[in-house]
Order: sequence, then C-alpha cells, then structure tokens
Amino acid sequence: MAEVKVGAVLVVGGGVAGIQAALDLADSGFKVYLLDQSPSIGGVMARLDKTFPTNDCSMCILAPKLVATGRHPNINLITKGELIELNGKAGNFEARVRKQSRYINESKCNGCGLCAQKCPIEAVDTFNENLSSRSAIYVDYPQAVPLKFTIDREKCIGCRTCQEICKTKAIEYDQQDSETVLKIGSIILAPGFEPFDATQKSEYGYGRYLNVVTSLEFERILSASGPYGGLVLRSSDGEIPKKIAFIQCVGSRDAQIGNNYCSAACCMYGIKEAIIAKEHVPIKLSCSIFYIDIRSYGKEFDDYYSRAQEEYNIRFVRSRPARITEDPRTNNLYLHYVEDGDPRIEEFDMVVLSIGMQAPKNVETLAKVLGIQLNGYNFCQTSVFSPVETSKPGIFVCGAFAAPKDIPESVAQASGAAAKAIAVIASERGKEIVEKEYKPERDVSQEEPRIGVFVCHCGINIGGVVNVLEVVEYVKKLSNVAYAEANLYTCSQDTQGIIRERIEEHDLNRVIVASCTPRTHEPLFRETVQEAGLNPYLFEMVNIRDQCSWVHMHQPKEATGKAKELVRSVIAKARLLKPLKKPIIKVTPIGLVLGGGVSGMTAALELAKQGFEIHLVEREKRLGGHLRQIRYMLEGRNPAEYLALLIEEVMKNKKIRIHLNAEVTEVNGFVGNFKSKISYDNGEEKEVENGIVIIATGATEYKPVEYLYGKSSGVMTQRELEEKLAEGEFKAETVVMIQCIGARTEAQPNCARICCGEALKNALKIKEIYPETEVYVLYKDMRSYGFKEDYYREASAKGVLFINYTDDKKPKVTNKNGKLEITFWEPIINEEITLEPDVIALSVATIPNPDNKRTAEMVKVPLTKDGFFLEAHMKLRPVDFQTDGIFLCGMAHSPKFVDESLAQACAAAARAGTIICKKTLEMEGAIAHVDENFCGGCRICENLCPYRAIEMKEKDGEVTAHIIEALCKGCGICGAACPTKAITMGHFTNEEIMAQVKATLLEEVKA
Amino acid sequence: MFRPRIIGFVCNWALPKRIEIPSFPRMKIYPKMQVVQVMCVGRIDPVIVLDTFAKGADGVLLVGCPLPDCHFVKGNIQAENKTKILKKLLSLTGLEPERLQLEWAYATEIEPFSTIVDAFRNHIIKLGQSPLVGENSDEKILSNILAAKNAVADFSLRVLTGREEELTEAMNAYGKRIPQEEFDDLLDEIVNREFLRHKIHLLTSQKLLSVKEIATIVNHRPALILRQIADMTSKHMIALDHVEETTPLYKALEVK
Repeated sequence: MAEVKVGAVLVVGGGVAGIQAALDLADSGFKVYLLDQSPSIGGVMARLDKTFPTNDCSMCILAPKLVATGRHPNINLITKGELIELNGKAGNFEARVRKQSRYINESKCNGCGLCAQKCPIEAVDTFNENLSSRSAIYVDYPQAVPLKFTIDREKCIGCRTCQEICKTKAIEYDQQDSETVLKIGSIILAPGFEPFDATQKSEYGYGRYLNVVTSLEFERILSASGPYGGLVLRSSDGEIPKKIAFIQCVGSRDAQIGNNYCSAACCMYGIKEAIIAKEHVPIKLSCSIFYIDIRSYGKEFDDYYSRAQEEYNIRFVRSRPARITEDPRTNNLYLHYVEDGDPRIEEFDMVVLSIGMQAPKNVETLAKVLGIQLNGYNFCQTSVFSPVETSKPGIFVCGAFAAPKDIPESVAQASGAAAKAIAVIASERGKEIVEKEYKPERDVSQEEPRIGVFVCHCGINIGGVVNVLEVVEYVKKLSNVAYAEANLYTCSQDTQGIIRERIEEHDLNRVIVASCTPRTHEPLFRETVQEAGLNPYLFEMVNIRDQCSWVHMHQPKEATGKAKELVRSVIAKARLLKPLKKPIIKVTPIGLVLGGGVSGMTAALELAKQGFEIHLVEREKRLGGHLRQIRYMLEGRNPAEYLALLIEEVMKNKKIRIHLNAEVTEVNGFVGNFKSKISYDNGEEKEVENGIVIIATGATEYKPVEYLYGKSSGVMTQRELEEKLAEGEFKAETVVMIQCIGARTEAQPNCARICCGEALKNALKIKEIYPETEVYVLYKDMRSYGFKEDYYREASAKGVLFINYTDDKKPKVTNKNGKLEITFWEPIINEEITLEPDVIALSVATIPNPDNKRTAEMVKVPLTKDGFFLEAHMKLRPVDFQTDGIFLCGMAHSPKFVDESLAQACAAAARAGTIICKKTLEMEGAIAHVDENFCGGCRICENLCPYRAIEMKEKDGEVTAHIIEALCKGCGICGAACPTKAITMGHFTNEEIMAQVKATLLEEVKA
Repeated sequence: MFRPRIIGFVCNWALPKRIEIPSFPRMKIYPKMQVVQVMCVGRIDPVIVLDTFAKGADGVLLVGCPLPDCHFVKGNIQAENKTKILKKLLSLTGLEPERLQLEWAYATEIEPFSTIVDAFRNHIIKLGQSPLVGENSDEKILSNILAAKNAVADFSLRVLTGREEELTEAMNAYGKRIPQEEFDDLLDEIVNREFLRHKIHLLTSQKLLSVKEIATIVNHRPALILRQIADMTSKHMIALDHVEETTPLYKALEVK
C-alpha cells in the first residue's frame, strides 16, 4: 500500500520561532496549524522593549510578522489551544487539539475594545508582568494577533455588560471548549521557555522587596506601552532610580536550584536593559552589572559590550552577590558581594534580576503526548548532528525549547525546523492550500474618477471622538466623490460585501477607506476592491484613528476637522491614481550553493530533499570543509563518522550536482533568475541558471603570532593539540591553554564564540586519557553558553584550573633554554604564578574567509566591519540578505558550532525553498520607472538603491538606468534623487503627492 | 442649641398622606427635616446624596416603602443596594456613615414615621454638625466627598449596583447565582479602587503631584498609588506632566 502523506504541518507555540516556522512552511505551499496556549501569538518577544544588538523596538519588528501570520491564507491560528493526543507517524499524524473557550465568537469580534473599556471587573495584567491591571475581558496588547478579545472566566462575574455593549454580538457566554482532530504530516515544537521564578532565590528578596524586579518586569517598565509609559520607576514609590544594579545568572549556572546550564541570552539582555534604562532616564543614572562571565559571544555582541562600557559608562563587577537586604524606610537595597577578595555592601535604588530560562510549564505532559524525550533539564532532547530533530521521526524542534537561546538563533532554528518538516512531506506541496482567484480586472482608463469613500466608526474608537457622519457629509460635497458612507466597522466581513456592492451600484473606480492604519488593513481592502474587479492600486487608505481620534481624543471638534482634511487630501490623490501591474517573474527552480562544507552540503541536501536541483560548488578537491579537521566533539559524538555519512548522502543524491575544484566567479541577474558562472581549476568554465544562491563559504582560522607560536614546538593551537590527542602523540605533565587569541582584541574586537568550547573539549579529553596531567585554562570570560556549561562544570570537577586574566595583565610566555615558562596573575590569591608547561595551547579565533570581499562584491551583498557576511536583519532575518534570493549560513555568517551551522543551513534551505517552490513570483506593483529619454546615465540612482534594483544598460552608445522590477521595493529614493527627473514612482508620483499636499493646505471648504 | 439640617428623600408612597392634611400637626415633622418628595426612594442617585452632604446637610434620611411592598416593584431594593455602596464610600471619606440612613415606612401610619425621623434626628444631634458646614469646614472630607461623588458617577460602580440584584438573586450570564457575600467582597474592592482613583484624579486636577505626595495625602502606601496611576493612565484619567529631578509629576485628564 502506498504511504499516504499529508501536506500540512502543526506548529506548537506561537512565539517568534513558531511564527517564523509557520510563515516559511506556508510560503512553501504547505498548510499550517499554528497552535498557542495564549489568546494571541507573539510569545515573549511581544513583551520585550528593545532588542540587542541593534536596539530595535521589539514590537515594531515583530508586528509585521504577526500581521503576515494572521493574514496568511494557509496559516490557521488555533489560540488558547493545547495538544492532547497524537497518533500516527511521520508523514501522517492525527493530532487532537483542545481549544479553550474564549467566550467570544472569533469571527464576529473585530477587536474594537469597547467591551474592555466598559467592563467593571479588573484583573492583574500578566502581559505587563502584573505591574498593572486589565479588564476581565481583554486582549493582551493592542497589536495582538488575532485581535480577538477573551473573557477571563476566573474573574468575569457574568454581569452581561460586554454583551449589551458589543455591537457585533460577539459575546457568547455559553461557548464551550472544543476539540478538533488535525491531519498533518509533520510537527514543529516551539513552545519556548518559562522564565525562572525569582522567588526561589530568596536571598535576593524578590517578592519581599518592592524594588527588586525581574528582567522581564524591567522590559515592561522600559516599554513605552508598559505600565509606566517607558519611565523607569521604582515600584515602591514611583521615583526614578539613580542607581540600578543588575544581577546576572539568577536561575542559571546554579547547581543549588538544579539549573546548571547557562541561559545564553541574559548577559546581552542585561547589558541592553542597562543601556536602554540610561537612555530612558532623564537624570544621570548609574548602572552596575554583577556577573560571573560576560557571555557576549554572538555576532558583534562584544562590540555592544564595549559600547556599554565606553559610551554608556556601565560598570561591570565580576561577582555573584550573596544576598540583598532592604532599608525599610527608603526601600533602598543593600547588595552584599565580594570583589577582589573583599566583602562589600553597596546601596542601590533598584535591583534587576536577570532571570534565566526554564523548560516550558507542563512540558512533561506534552512530551508524553508526543512521545519525545526530554533532556536532564526538561528541555527537548536533540543531538549535535541533528539539532532540530526530536527523538521521534516527523517531530522537530526550534527555539528556546531546544536549548536556551536568543531571538536570531531561535528564528534561524525555526526556519531550519521548517526545512526538516517539509522534507517529510515534500511530495504533498500545494495539496492542502487554497489559491485565490479574482475576477477579470475592469478597464477604468476611459472613465472619469468616481470615488467611493467609506468612513469607519470603529465602534467608538474613531466615532467616539471624530464625528464620522459629519465627515461623510463633508466628503460627499467634494468633486468626483460618487458615493460616501459610514460603517460601524469598515473591516468587518459584511462590510467587505457592502464595499463590493457599492462599487457595482455606483460604478466606483476609486475606493478610499478612512479608518485605521494601512500597515495592518490595507491588504484586506485592496483584496476587496480586487474582488470587485478593480485594480488594487485604485485603493487608498486614510488613518483617522491614529492621527485623529487617538492623538486628539480630548478635542473632538478639531479631530473631526483634521479627519476631513486628511480625507480631502487623499481624495485629491485618488483622482490621479493609476492602475498598476504587479510584475510577474518566472523562477528557475534550481539552487546554487557556494561551499561544500557541512553547511553547504546540508543546505544542498535539504533543498534536494524538497525536489530541487542544486549546484554545489566547492573549491577544494573534496567535500567536507572545516569539519574534516575536527577529531572529537564536546558532546562525545564522532565527527568523522557523521561527515562520511553526510558526504555519501550528498554524493548519492541525484538532484545535487557537485562541482569540485571550482569556484563561482560570476552571479548575474536577480531573484528567481540568476545566471552564474562556475570556473574550474583546470580553466574550464560553465554557465548555470539558478533561482537562488546560498553562501556557505565558511571561515578560516587565525594564524597566531602571539606567545611564541611557531617559534617553540610546545606552543600549538587547540586544533593541533586535538590532532596530537587523536593521533596519540600527546605527552605532557602540564598544559596551559590561553583563550581569546586573535579575538576580543583591538584588531578583531568580537568574540569567536567556539574557542571556549574547544578548550573545554580538549581539557576534558586530556583528563579522560591522562588524568594526571595538569590543565590550566587562562580566560577572559568562559563562554560555555547553554548546556555547554555542564562541560565547564565537569572540567572544573575533574581538576582543570580556570584562571581569569585581563587585557592589562596578559600572561607572559618565554622560552628558557628550550623550556617553556609562563607567568600569569592569579586574581583569587592575588599573586603572580610561574609554571613550566610542556604544552601551551592557544585558543585561536575563527576569522572571516579572506575571499568574503570578492564573493560579497560578486553577489552584491554587504559585509560586517569584521568581514563576515551581513544578513538582512540581525534579529529577525538571520539567513536572508537585503537582496532577494540570496541566503547565508554557517561560518560565513559568523563563527559557530556544528549544530548551529546545521540549523542555519537548514534555515537557508527553507528560506530559499519559499522562492524556488513557486513557478512565478508576483512582485510589488508600486515601483520606480525610468524614462530612458531623460536619463543621463549619471548612476546616482544605482548607488543609492538599497536593493541593487537598478542596473545600467548600454544601448546605441548611451548608458541608461533600468529598474529590475523584481528587486525594486518602491521606496522612491532613486526618484527623489534623479537630477534629470527621469524616474517616476508608481502610486506615489510627484503629481499625486503634490495634489495631496495642495488639498491638505487648502482652507477648509465652508459647508 | 444645634439644629441639624436634615434632608429627607421620601418616597411619595411612604410619606404619610395625612401630613398634608391641615389638621395634622405638621410641626411634628417639618421643623425636624426638610422633605424632598420623590416618586420612589429607588430614584435617589448616589450622586445626589453625596452632593447633598457636600452642600452642607448634617444628615440624609432616605425613606421608602418596606421591602416587599415597593410601589414600583423593587425601587426599595435598589435603594438598599445604593445605600450600601454609599455607606462604604462615606466610611472612606471620613464623614460618619451614620449620617446617612435608609428607613422603611408605610404611608398609612404616621407614628412610626415620626419615630424614625426623631430617632435619626437625635442621632445626628449626637454626631453634631457636619464637618462640611460653616467657616471651618473640613476641606479634606469635602474633597473626599467630591471624589466619592465622581466614583459613583462613573460607569463601573453604577453597573455593579444596577446589576447587583440580577447577579445575586437571579442568574449571571453563566447561569450561576453569585453568593451575596462574594458579591459584597467584590463590591468592597471596587469601591475602594474607584474611590482611590477618583481621589487621585481630583487631587491631581488641582495641582501637579508626585506618587509620594499623593500617598501622604491619602495615607496609602506609595506602591499602591503608583499602581493606580499606571491603571489610570491606561484609562486616560491621568498623565505624566513632567519630571522634576527624579520625581514624575502627574496631572489629571478631563474625563469624558
């Protein structure tokens, strides 16, 4: 019997990881059920204020993804849901899901919020970390997706106020919990983490002392939409603190409470919170961070750390405070700690506990239902060579549930898990999804503008301030307005029907909606007019909610006047609107992968599993890259064995064409339509067509000049030591390892991430084979993040001595008559120590591939100032580039461990797959156009374009600019700069903009 | 001798008719209490009662028909529920809650009626003049009364009193009856909350104040005040005006 598979995936958890996985899957042609326990998706990221290292506003960068998820036709959101039973196997599961009642009809509720304003009952607002209250009927935050209210049944007294007030009749007190069975092919787990409960560390007084807060509470305090409007205030008295202490590792690296692991993100978010606090506080604020090791190991994280010290004067104290006491009169706090061997007591106004991540609540139940294994800390069990796979086939994992991690790694892993989930059901692509069909477009070119205006009350959101009917009467008098009406909710399902009817009845050929923000609602209305046969660009939106009723809520008359002006100005623009065509480009369903290391091979293999042809180009004569030189894994697995299997699988795969001794020397074209040249060492060349490019060109090792390397045979790199250990050539009584060689220096300021792990690996190997050998590790910060902390602990337990050094007291190595001597400062006993080691192992940095510059220029993507490739967005687009169709993975991105490279390689494959799975791509219609007759060929636009969407073409001896329609995003920078005004911007022409300006400035027409 | 000014809001149907007959010794009642006749004691909006105190009444007596016999079916129950909230509020303002009394009387009987009035009047004489009367009227209590008035004018408390009977006697939206005790606890909580918020609102509408200053005035922990300010901010009752050194100062927003 042929195996039946289902082209649908269940994603458990709607945080940023779950959202990313869902979007990648849905964009690849699979049906997605996105399940979350909460009433809305967004997870912890929705509660954060800013994100490191870019200090982007968390909600601002997350909201577009929330909206995209909520609107995606192939993503079915199941909120307040829980997985209760799973049957079947990979490819064909049946998942039983229980959905808790919201007591609200989701299809009727339009999120106007009237109910919450009138609800007499309040409850603590858990979204605001209990720092404020919300109503018993509530939505977690204004941008929540789905924007559907929920009744807190515990609190609600059933007074029926909301039912009577709700204009859409959405309240259903008798709504019951329901169960559904979903048929799916694979599952992705992204349930995230549970923040550590700080009351467990009673010595810090959390819960007793008002001014001791957790880092998550502090995020809400910092947030402009938080309880204090972004002002940093002490909970005890509402005063702005002058002196804040941050205590790191609360609930992490703590054997006492059983959380030995490092929570991986706290050092960075601690630094970030200190920086943002300083920015938010109008006075001079002193911030001190108490830490064990600062683990700023990610891409450009050390840069951020240095800025915190140098620009923001944040004080770093290497000490784990013993306890906190409180002055009951002032509620100030005394921190008891030891620095440089001396016990100290220091007074602070406020203390922030950087709480760690724990496995999600009730995870044992989930694991039991799914039949997957958990690790010793109740996180998901994975292995180093299959970082996104659970112990059960067909079930994958990403985000903090796999191991504590920050947002970019969660996002990369989520895309990676999506690739794996797709591979299971690749044959079923497109079978469970719906494609929308529109009726043929009406030609309006010969018609006078007939504008229809729909003004939204939004319940009382707009109507409570702006006199909507007055606005309607006003616009009816303006020329070309053929029809105007007010709607209670213009976005509701039935109003969409009304808009379509009015277009027919009144022969409307332009439509304007005056309501809320186009960011969330424009796509909906564009779709509506398109359903009625109008070109979507004949639609315009006016935001009279944010710009009128919200900001002028106490001036209804003025708000109404402003609403009229705004609508009037957009009507002026609408008269000039032209239908635009969205360019359709064909896609070559072939991938080109640069680099045949473990990342490149994995990316190629994942795409091949999805059925795409791949060119895998490797410069060396064989595949394998950097992993070839790795003899042991910290986690104990055999890398050679794994590599051999991987290479075999790649070689056997008929979809992958391997090009060895070869390099890609030219990449031309654009997303979906690249033409690339592969040049072989023997001088041959080959042209290939490809739809996407994945850069997996790896990195290289720093060649040390420090500490007599190359001058004394006892001084070697960790890799050389590893080889000696593997070959049985190791012999030493004393080994000293020195960390941060070629990293965290002035020339290369950032951390190389993996060297601490390598040192631990070799130290443990030595202790395993030669327990008598003494091993010293001289370090700046031991950065054994996540579960690697266990190995750090193990090494300490086995007698490896870890000694901290600083840049001003670096170790000194000399060679005295053939005998190595090393002198270093031991900070605990405060003395200089001299040893005569047999081996000095240098933990050298992983540095950018020297070829990066050439490759970057070839594919037209940027590099960081360190020389690694720079992704589209450090937080949310870790494997994409700003230029569409080009992706990134592995050490070309930054140094990383094998499991991280593997996850990222899968991610690159998933992201690339969303493009080449489509036969054609529909691009943005509102783009730039060049009138060749006016173009002077000055290249100003070419240089300004952030998307490299402009190319210069020569014709009859004249060079002119051409827009690559597929790449243009319509920002208009080129148009604004063109000296000969040869560039017009679709949908935002000069005429349209000026018509809008003139109409705005016009004195109000006296009615 | 202290002659208390007592306002009696008396139900049309509880006020003995014979008071209006010339032969009846009206003097027995009228010098003791100014009667404001209303159709039903259930008509008495808590705002009116608090306003009456604010204007200088030493006592307010509400008289309605005895419990099962309301002329308008259940106006008296409404009056009872409102009196409950008013007494809770008065106890928060510093004005003696006993200055407000709800009593039942039948229109057919004069004696019980005058006994009620006498007893109340004696009680008020014992309490003495209202602290809100005269040259040295107590500003603090007066402002508390105004805050209480704003609290009962606001939506939440009106909804709760309006629905109390339905929720505790009949069924709520989930088909359950809320036990009276539970409802009263909830009411206490909300009365406290609403009074405090309106108090803060009133104070900050007169002057910019900090959390600590408000806490001192209302004699609550600053932490509680900060919490209220956070909630009031989201309800657009109050806003940060500016920060002085390390102290944010708040001002009330006009409540629509």
